[in-house]
Amino acid sequence: MVRETNRHFKFDWITIILFLLLVGFGWLNILSASHTGETIDYFDFSQPYGKQLIFILLTFGLIIIILSIEAKFYERFSSIIYIISMVSLVGLFLFGKNVNGATSWYAIGGMTLQPSEFAKAATALAVAKYISDLNTDINRFQDQIKTLAIIIIPALLVLLQNDTGSTIVYAAFFFVLYREGLPKMYLTLGIIVIILSVFSLKLGFLITSIISAIAIVTLHFLSKKRPPILKSIAALIFCIGLAYSVKFFYQDILKPHQQDRISLWLRLEKDPEKLEQMKKTFAYNLNESEKAISSGGITGRGFLEGTRTTGKFVPEQHTDYIFSTVGEEWGFLGSTMVVIVFVLLILRILHLAELQKSQFSRVYGYSVASIIFIHFLINIGMVMGLIPTIGIPLPLFSYGGSGLWAFTILLFIFIKLDSNKINEW
Amino acid sequence: MRKFLLFLSVVIVGLIFIGRLFYLQVYTSTAHNLFEDNALRKVYDYPKRGFVYDRNGELLVANQPTYDVMVIPREVKPLDTLEFCNLLKIDKSKFIETYKKAYRYSPRLPSVFVAQLSKEDYAVLQEKMRKYEGFYIQKRSLRHYQRSIGANVLGDIGEVGHRDIKADPYYTMGDLKGKQGIEASYENILRGVKGLKFIQKDRFNRDIGPYKEGQFDILPEQGKDITITIDAELQEYGELLMQNKRGGVIAIEPSSGEILAMVAAPTYDPNLLVGRERSKNFTKLYNDTIAKPLFNRSLQGEYEPGSPFKLMNALIGLQEGVITPNETVTCYAGYKYGNRFMKCHCYIGRRNNMVSGIQESCNAYFATTYRKILDKNGNASEGIDTWSKHAKSFGLGNFLNNDLYVGQKGRIPDRDYYKHVYPNTFYSTYTISNAIGQGEVATTPIQLANMIAAIANRGYYYTPHIIKSIEGDTIPKRFTIPKHTTIAKQHFDPVIEGMHQVYKNGTAKWLQVKDIDICGKTGTVENFAIIDSVRTQLTDHSIFVAFAPKDNPKIALAVFVENGYWGSRFAGKVASLMIEKHIKGYITRTDLEDWLLRYGLEEEYAKPYSGEPFNINDKAIVQPVDDSEYNRLKELLKKFKTQ
Repeated sequence: MVRETNRHFKFDWITIILFLLLVGFGWLNILSASHTGETIDYFDFSQPYGKQLIFILLTFGLIIIILSIEAKFYERFSSIIYIISMVSLVGLFLFGKNVNGATSWYAIGGMTLQPSEFAKAATALAVAKYISDLNTDINRFQDQIKTLAIIIIPALLVLLQNDTGSTIVYAAFFFVLYREGLPKMYLTLGIIVIILSVFSLKLGFLITSIISAIAIVTLHFLSKKRPPILKSIAALIFCIGLAYSVKFFYQDILKPHQQDRISLWLRLEKDPEKLEQMKKTFAYNLNESEKAISSGGITGRGFLEGTRTTGKFVPEQHTDYIFSTVGEEWGFLGSTMVVIVFVLLILRILHLAELQKSQFSRVYGYSVASIIFIHFLINIGMVMGLIPTIGIPLPLFSYGGSGLWAFTILLFIFIKLDSNKINEW
Repeated sequence: MRKFLLFLSVVIVGLIFIGRLFYLQVYTSTAHNLFEDNALRKVYDYPKRGFVYDRNGELLVANQPTYDVMVIPREVKPLDTLEFCNLLKIDKSKFIETYKKAYRYSPRLPSVFVAQLSKEDYAVLQEKMRKYEGFYIQKRSLRHYQRSIGANVLGDIGEVGHRDIKADPYYTMGDLKGKQGIEASYENILRGVKGLKFIQKDRFNRDIGPYKEGQFDILPEQGKDITITIDAELQEYGELLMQNKRGGVIAIEPSSGEILAMVAAPTYDPNLLVGRERSKNFTKLYNDTIAKPLFNRSLQGEYEPGSPFKLMNALIGLQEGVITPNETVTCYAGYKYGNRFMKCHCYIGRRNNMVSGIQESCNAYFATTYRKILDKNGNASEGIDTWSKHAKSFGLGNFLNNDLYVGQKGRIPDRDYYKHVYPNTFYSTYTISNAIGQGEVATTPIQLANMIAAIANRGYYYTPHIIKSIEGDTIPKRFTIPKHTTIAKQHFDPVIEGMHQVYKNGTAKWLQVKDIDICGKTGTVENFAIIDSVRTQLTDHSIFVAFAPKDNPKIALAVFVENGYWGSRFAGKVASLMIEKHIKGYITRTDLEDWLLRYGLEEEYAKPYSGEPFNINDKAIVQPVDDSEYNRLKELLKKFKTQ
């Protein structure tokens, strides 16, 4: 009984407060971005802000349910949850509803549900479960492949549903695996691949090859313990091959609209008329969202006062581009606050994850932090024009019931696990 | 280390985001400007431009509606250009060229696409306009001149240029602004304040209502009507008399400084600069570099004043006490100084006092007076400064600082001016031409008229101005405060008597008008032009100044007729007739009137451009105009009289 009465004190209230801040402030911005008239009916179910308010209220029910369930349940049933989740993804191919070119929704009555949002939490559970298994050694190649499979299956399924954004989110698990002992080689490899890709696209195949050749030769002769010559030659061939295949990948595998996004991001297009053309078509959103953010200035135009928000200049502003509303109406101060709250939330989860006694909880917590981080990075980065356009929502902030619930589940399972750490011996 | 990868990544990304926000929102963000915000539609409401009335309340300038087709390039959607061009009566290359120009100016601000459609074209276009996104019609008002007079006085309005917009953000592309005359000098009063509404748009460019309940909207303010000092009757009469001549006439009411008439010849019909033909007509007028119809000779023409300036020398002489009215000077049909000689019309041995000196315009008398002024203290440099100071107190040698859009300083030389010409020695004889109003002295007609007004007032003048009243406002104070000259009141009487004698017995005795005591002074000014790099003398300018009546003067004027030869030949006649017209309201000297309509100077003006040798002054005969031209002018005169 003592345990029962003290239960709520064990929940990490800092995380919960940060969660509430984001959801609440997010709703204000959804209201701003989606209201149409002078009068606002908060429970107008036909309007996004009305729907979202109901989603938020239902979220509290969801939270109570999640926190009521025994912590052990999540660990024990993680495999089953994962399998159900994968089945729901596969089911989309049969029963899915197509919205904006992506077959990612189930239509149930008047509502739509996006299983890919929930799949992230399921995958996190499965990864945590697998890695925390005593028989798993992440340094073993065989186990690396198995872990990878757990991650790749949902990623591939959403990719096949044309939801590129959600696929990229699964890259978040790299942070988790690295934390749990994935060899450093993968990190080095990842960084090299990213740098070489950007160089190759920006400077061309030849210059990239020359640069990598110089770098490898310099490294080879400067190293105190000179590596075998064959290893260096292999590295060089790898780099040149990679530089070449990036070009191939960009030109022949990526779809034209993806090429355009990357070309705009890396400023590959020099022809001003073509650029102008881009700004009017696929870069329209980005252009408008940057303008909306800029027009906010230091203090912003005020709640419900942004002309670009009111005029719906930024398409999808209440979903993926919600941050531009913050930018216009709340200015530099408001936007910075949102960034800081996100950073605090992620760091808080990380901190708690490190404190976990069970590996399962730690890996899961790490996954939660990584997934939120990747969303935060890609969404705000995209809205401010720092990374190519990739359509994923801002966690807890953007409009959408599935997203909100999925992140609530993701986060509160961890809060539950965390509250239970005292019993984990 | 493994623990910190994600931790560091999160912190670094957070910092990068804040940096990017700083760049977007603080570093590159300019203060939010409602005008720059393309989420708001700016709708202008152009107020009525103020009307212009003459001193008798006659309407001179009113408005007529016109319609501009405006374009906002980035909002233009593909359209049926052929149909659109046909509606606008332009061809496709013009369409493309105008569109490109508008785009270059600004893709998101409106530019004029086709200016000033007629009512008929507008009616046709109006119904189809909604088909052409990015284009809209802006109603404006153009001027309508009730009488074809006073182009140089009234001026005109035209579209603002990039420079106007830069200088004053009030203006936007396609706005109309006063360009010349009172339209320019009273622009702020006449234009009023245009109304402005901010309308919130959505991204499909649809209006979704007033922005913030219209709290930033500006209500239009009607332009104020103004009354100008011009007497339309007198102005029109003066313009008629000056037909086929070049020069200027300025008539001032001495008791108030109000400009009664301001004629610049040649002139043009102000309605030429209205509507779609404006720029074509303007170019035509602008390119006429010989007759220069846009050059306002009555304000901008700097001429040597000639004999009228003798009045100035007489006044200075009296004020400085170097002569008395009764002192006589003997004329030897000229004036000998050193080994040079200045000719005069007097017979040898004639003894002139001040009155007869003025009456006969005796060069010897004024050369003597001028030398006495300069040599008063035995130092000609000091003398010329004193002389210059007195002359300048009459408003000569500097801008009058009035409300006319253009003007010239004229020139009254002083010690500094001559320092460069005569660095070592300076004697009064060096500048003896100034005695008779030639040499280095230059005045504009309005300055000379103002000088006569000051003489008529016996020692003070009001800055000549053209504004009589402004609706609901007062005219500037500087026009209602008299400015005193440095000449004492009693010294004016002999000079005025001399001017009176000019009419009674002197050089203008043929120009007398019954029942009006006119005081005047003729002037005949040598002038030169450079023809094929040879300085060639042209026929003298005909100049006349006068005021009337002698007591309680009602009008003071200065008339310049270029190459009209002696003063009373052209200028004097114009002056007499305008005085009669103003004081009596009708003309008794119809002989003078008829002569002025009959004779023109176009042939005289053509001479220097003919490329052939030509005669001037007494060796040339003034030619009557063609009968058809004469009849046309007669017709105008008749119509004018029956109005």
